[in-house]
Amino acid sequence: MLSLEEVRRIAALARLELSPAEETLFAGQLSAILDYVKQLEALDVSGVEPMTHALAAGDAPPLRADEVRPGLPADRALAAAPARAGTSFQVPRIIE
Amino acid sequence: MSASILELDLRALSGALAAREVSSREATAAALERIRATDGQVGAFLRVTAEQARAAAAAADERAARGARLSPLDGVPLAVKDIFLTEGVETTAGSRILEGYLPPYDAAVVERLRAAGAVLLGKLNMDEFAMGSSNENSAYGPCRNPWDLARTPGGSSGGSAAALAARQAWGTLGTDTGGSIREPAAFCGVVGLKPTYGRVSRYGVIAFASSLDQPGPLARTVADTALLLQAVAGHDERDMTSSARPVDDYLAGLEGGARGLRIGVPREWLAGGLDAGVEVRVREALRRYERMGATLVEVSLPHSRYGIAAYYLIAPAEASSNLARYDGVRFGLRAPARGLREMYQQTRARGFGAEPKRRIMLGTYALSAGYYDAYYLRAQKVRTLVRRDFDEAFTRCDVVAGPVAPTVAFRLGEKVEDPLQMYLADVFTITANLAALPGLSVPCGLHPEQGLPVGLQLVGRPFDEATLLRAARALEREQGPLPPPPGVA
Repeated sequence: MLSLEEVRRIAALARLELSPAEETLFAGQLSAILDYVKQLEALDVSGVEPMTHALAAGDAPPLRADEVRPGLPADRALAAAPARAGTSFQVPRIIE
Repeated sequence: MSASILELDLRALSGALAAREVSSREATAAALERIRATDGQVGAFLRVTAEQARAAAAAADERAARGARLSPLDGVPLAVKDIFLTEGVETTAGSRILEGYLPPYDAAVVERLRAAGAVLLGKLNMDEFAMGSSNENSAYGPCRNPWDLARTPGGSSGGSAAALAARQAWGTLGTDTGGSIREPAAFCGVVGLKPTYGRVSRYGVIAFASSLDQPGPLARTVADTALLLQAVAGHDERDMTSSARPVDDYLAGLEGGARGLRIGVPREWLAGGLDAGVEVRVREALRRYERMGATLVEVSLPHSRYGIAAYYLIAPAEASSNLARYDGVRFGLRAPARGLREMYQQTRARGFGAEPKRRIMLGTYALSAGYYDAYYLRAQKVRTLVRRDFDEAFTRCDVVAGPVAPTVAFRLGEKVEDPLQMYLADVFTITANLAALPGLSVPCGLHPEQGLPVGLQLVGRPFDEATLLRAARALEREQGPLPPPPGVA
C-alpha cells in the first residue's frame, strides 16, 4: 500500500498539485494497480533482452541527410503561447 | 436522396461521386444534417467544421466536373479523432488543458486525407489523451453507443466508431495504443484496423505512449477500411519510427477469400473470463472460416496473460514523459501563479482529468529512482516475451484470431469507479500493441441475448495488413452486414 507521503512525493516529481481527496483516492487506486502488476515478478526474465524499439531494426527508415531545413516560423510557434514577449515564451520569475 | 446517400458505404459513395450521380456537396450536406439530427444524443463530435467541409466539397465537385478527381476519397466526407492536429481548428485530445488550442500545422495523416481530396467534417470525441476504454474520460462529455444509448461506444476512439454506426461519416481515423481502435469498432459494429507500428505516421498525433501509439482507419466495411489505410499508410520522414517499407496494394487481393489460410487460435484467448455470448459468436466465426476452406491451428501465447501488467507500466511511463509538455509555457492552459513551479503544478492540477493524473503518477513512480529495474525494465523484457510468442505462432499460421473484448459494450458508469476493471477491457487487444503487430476488428454478429455487436480480432505478421483485410473481407462476405443500429433513428 502506497502511503500518502509516497503519493505526495510522486506528485511533486510529476509537478502535480493534488487535493487531499485525490491523494487518498490515488493511494488506494495506485496500490491496487501496483499489486496487479506485481504478477510480472513471477516471470523469469533472466537473459531476456528488453524490447527497447517497437520497430525492428530492418524496418527502421534510413536517416535523412544532416542538413538544415526551415522549421516553424517563430510567430506561428508562439501563436498558442499563454504569454509571450517578443520572440520568446514568457514565464513567471524563475530565480527568486 | 439524402437518406439513401447515408446508406451507401464509402466505396459505393466514391463510385457514385466518380460517376457524378451524387455530388460531394449533396453527400456533405446529408452528413451535416445527420450530425445535426443525431449528435445531440450520440455525442460523437467535439466540433463540426461545417463551413470548411462545404468549401472542400465544392472544390471536390469542381474537380469531378473536370474529370480530375484526386483519389477514391475525393469528395468523401470523413472525420478524425480529436487527437490529430488540424491547422487552425481547435484540437484538444479530449482534455481541458488543450481547450482552445489552435495547432499551427496538420498531422501527416490529415495532410494525406486533404491531399486525397477528402472532406473533413470535424473532430471526434475521445477519452482524454486516449486514456480509456469507454470514452467516459473525455473532458467534454461522454459519447454514447448508437446500438444502445445507455452504453459506451468503447474507447478511446469512441467518437470515431460511434460516428460510423450513426451514419454521420463514411470513414474515420482513430489511434490505438492498447485497443483504442479495435474495442470501439467491436462495440459499435464497425471495422477498425490498428496497423503495424510504423506503418502510419505519428507526426502531428498528440502523443500518449510513443512506442505503442499507432493511427489507423475505421469504416463500415472492410473494403472501406482498406481504402482509408491505402490513403494514410507509408513513410514520413518527420516520424523517425515510420517505416520505409513499400506499402502493399490493400484492395488488390481483398476478395481472395479464406481458402488455404491458416488461422491460429490461441488457447489462452478462449480459456475463460470471456462472456459466453461473445464466445459463441467468435467460435461461430471460426467455424465459418473452416467452411470457407481455412485451417484452424491451435497456437499458444503463454505470455499474453501478462500483457495488461506490462502495458500498465510501459504506457504510463511513456505518458508521464509525454505529458510533461503540458506545463503552461508553450500552449494550452496556464494557471495564474507567483512562481514557475507553482505555475506548473496548478496548470496541471486544473488542466488534467483524473485518468491522465493517475497514469502520470503511475508512470512517474515506475520510472523513479530505485523502481526502474523492477518495473519499467522488467516490463520491457516481458514485452520481448509477448512478441516471441507471436513470432512462434506465426511459424504455424498466417493470422491469429480471437475475441476483441471479453464483453459487448458495457453501460455508462459501470466501470468508472474501478480503473483496474476498466483496464481489463483491453486484455485481448493490448498484446498486439506490445508486439507492434497489426490488429483488426471485424463484426461477427450480434450477442445472442443482448443483441449488441461482437467483434472478431485478427492479428497479423508485421506489415501484413493485406492478409488481415483479406481474411476479414472473407468473413464479412460470408455472414453479410449487421442490421442498422437501433439506438438512433
